[in-house]
Amino acid sequence: MAATTVTPRSHRTSTWWRHVAALTRRNLVHVRREPAQLSDATVQPVLFTVLFVYIFGAAMVIPNGTYKQFAIAGLVVFNITTSTMGTAVGVSSDLKSGVIDRFRTLPMARSSILAGRTFSDLLASILCATIVLITGFVIGWRPDNGIPGVVAGLAIAVLFAYAMSWLMACVGLSVSDPESAQGIGLLVLFPIAFVSSAMVPTQGLPGWMQPIAEWNPVSAVAGALRELFGNPNPAALRDNFPSQNPVLMAILWSLAIMAVCIPIARARLKARTVD
Amino acid sequence: MSTTPVIRAEGLRKTYGEQLAVADVSLEVERGQILGVLGPNGAGKSTTVRMLTTMTRPDAGAAWVAGHDVIADPQSVRRVIGVTGQDATLDELLTGRQNLELVGTLSDMSRRDGRARAAVLLDEFELAFAADRMVKTYSGGMRRRLDLAASMMAHPPVLFLDEPTTGLDPTSRLRMWDVIRTLVADGTTVLLTTQYLDEADTLADTISVIDHGLVIADGTARELKASIGGEHLEVTLEQPDERAAEAFAPLASGVVQVMDGGRRLRAPVVPRQGLVTAVVRALDDAGFAVDDIEMHHPSLDDVFFALTGHAAEEPVGEASDDELVEV
Repeated sequence: MAATTVTPRSHRTSTWWRHVAALTRRNLVHVRREPAQLSDATVQPVLFTVLFVYIFGAAMVIPNGTYKQFAIAGLVVFNITTSTMGTAVGVSSDLKSGVIDRFRTLPMARSSILAGRTFSDLLASILCATIVLITGFVIGWRPDNGIPGVVAGLAIAVLFAYAMSWLMACVGLSVSDPESAQGIGLLVLFPIAFVSSAMVPTQGLPGWMQPIAEWNPVSAVAGALRELFGNPNPAALRDNFPSQNPVLMAILWSLAIMAVCIPIARARLKARTVD
Repeated sequence: MSTTPVIRAEGLRKTYGEQLAVADVSLEVERGQILGVLGPNGAGKSTTVRMLTTMTRPDAGAAWVAGHDVIADPQSVRRVIGVTGQDATLDELLTGRQNLELVGTLSDMSRRDGRARAAVLLDEFELAFAADRMVKTYSGGMRRRLDLAASMMAHPPVLFLDEPTTGLDPTSRLRMWDVIRTLVADGTTVLLTTQYLDEADTLADTISVIDHGLVIADGTARELKASIGGEHLEVTLEQPDERAAEAFAPLASGVVQVMDGGRRLRAPVVPRQGLVTAVVRALDDAGFAVDDIEMHHPSLDDVFFALTGHAAEEPVGEASDDELVEV
């Protein structure tokens, strides 16, 4: 008879990572089989970057710079934020597919399912942000702070995307099917992505909307990237805490979102897989 | 090793909202045996399996698999079981091989062991030719076989098979039976649910008949058949005549049932040499012409009908298991 063995913690931790790696790999195989799954992170960034820069850029006046120089940081945040929709859809597809029942009967930690999903989406976010930057570079955007600034900005952006993935995991775990995940995900993401300084300076927004936009985490990340890239940041002219401390706010927001959403997502998964 | 059952359930009960899925199920399976859990759709078979395999928490009762408590220690249970559900639990976008290797990794096998085991199972289940194709392209029978292979990746000593042959064509079904027999020959303990009586009859060492969430009978196939009486003789007359029963009665070992307004007579008999001839002669002598005569050996169908008042393969009408399972 199989005796219950007490597994040392270090061994359990390495096992957990092995499971996460296997599940991450599985999600990446999915992407290879159905590349369209990744269009949020590959095609959309190119499209949005070109469209926004040439359409909005034609009308927008940015203090101390051009719209192109202003917009790329915002487009990075905008695109990685909306691409976290993939997490909601992915988690919800997993729950709906039969494979979740297989996982439930295996001696693995449930948390590795979510960790694997958010890790593969983290890779998608890195790809997405890189594509925006390359597209921007091709059409003439330049970072004034050189490579270190770009790398630091990317790190902040990806940290935020990872946090948003957990929020989207909560969405995916709270709806009944992938279609609803997509619908609800859009409802959550679009206001967050748009009511911000990502695409327009908040100075131009209606008065009541300005504080909302300024405290929006997307604005913090956009501001942080502009500072780090050395691009024009009109928010710096605003006299309020988040506008003046975008890097700090971006990190705090990301940590806060994770602190709230990771436990919720884990509890939701547990509720959805024990009946 | 003691002779405690490998699978033991006591008074399992589960309701989903208003719906009573399992009322009271107790069962035991000894090492290396196959228990057939037999019942119609919606009888509570799947819910019972889900409770025993830690996927569903019972509302009441207790169960142990290989000595591990399914409620208190589900992780230990998961280390010793393999489960094949009614619906294939495979990743459609992975290949057959990738599916098996993923299960291997998640069952804590080393990469090398996982690879080797996957190759062996793909061969054994005649899937080697499709090993590197996406499961999406597999037929129903291939999926079932891969699903069963996946449950066996980590050599589990206890296997739960929930309607493993439902929806399979006859050839695939026979092949699945062979696989299950081979497993048990290797000492694996199996709990198998089925709505097919012939399947339970062929494969199972013991059978639990379950209906409306209750175990209504259990024992070996032979015991169950014996419990509803042995052989019956059924006579069809050329002209219906209820009085023929009187001529048949002296040769029967019980009450003669008159059916079809006297066209058919049916009675329990003790089989012996020349019995059929004697019955035909007795009826003929009394002036009743016999059209057909048939010895009726009891099947599990008869058992099921006798126990439940409805046939096994007809759904009980209310929600089926599928509808009860919330995924």
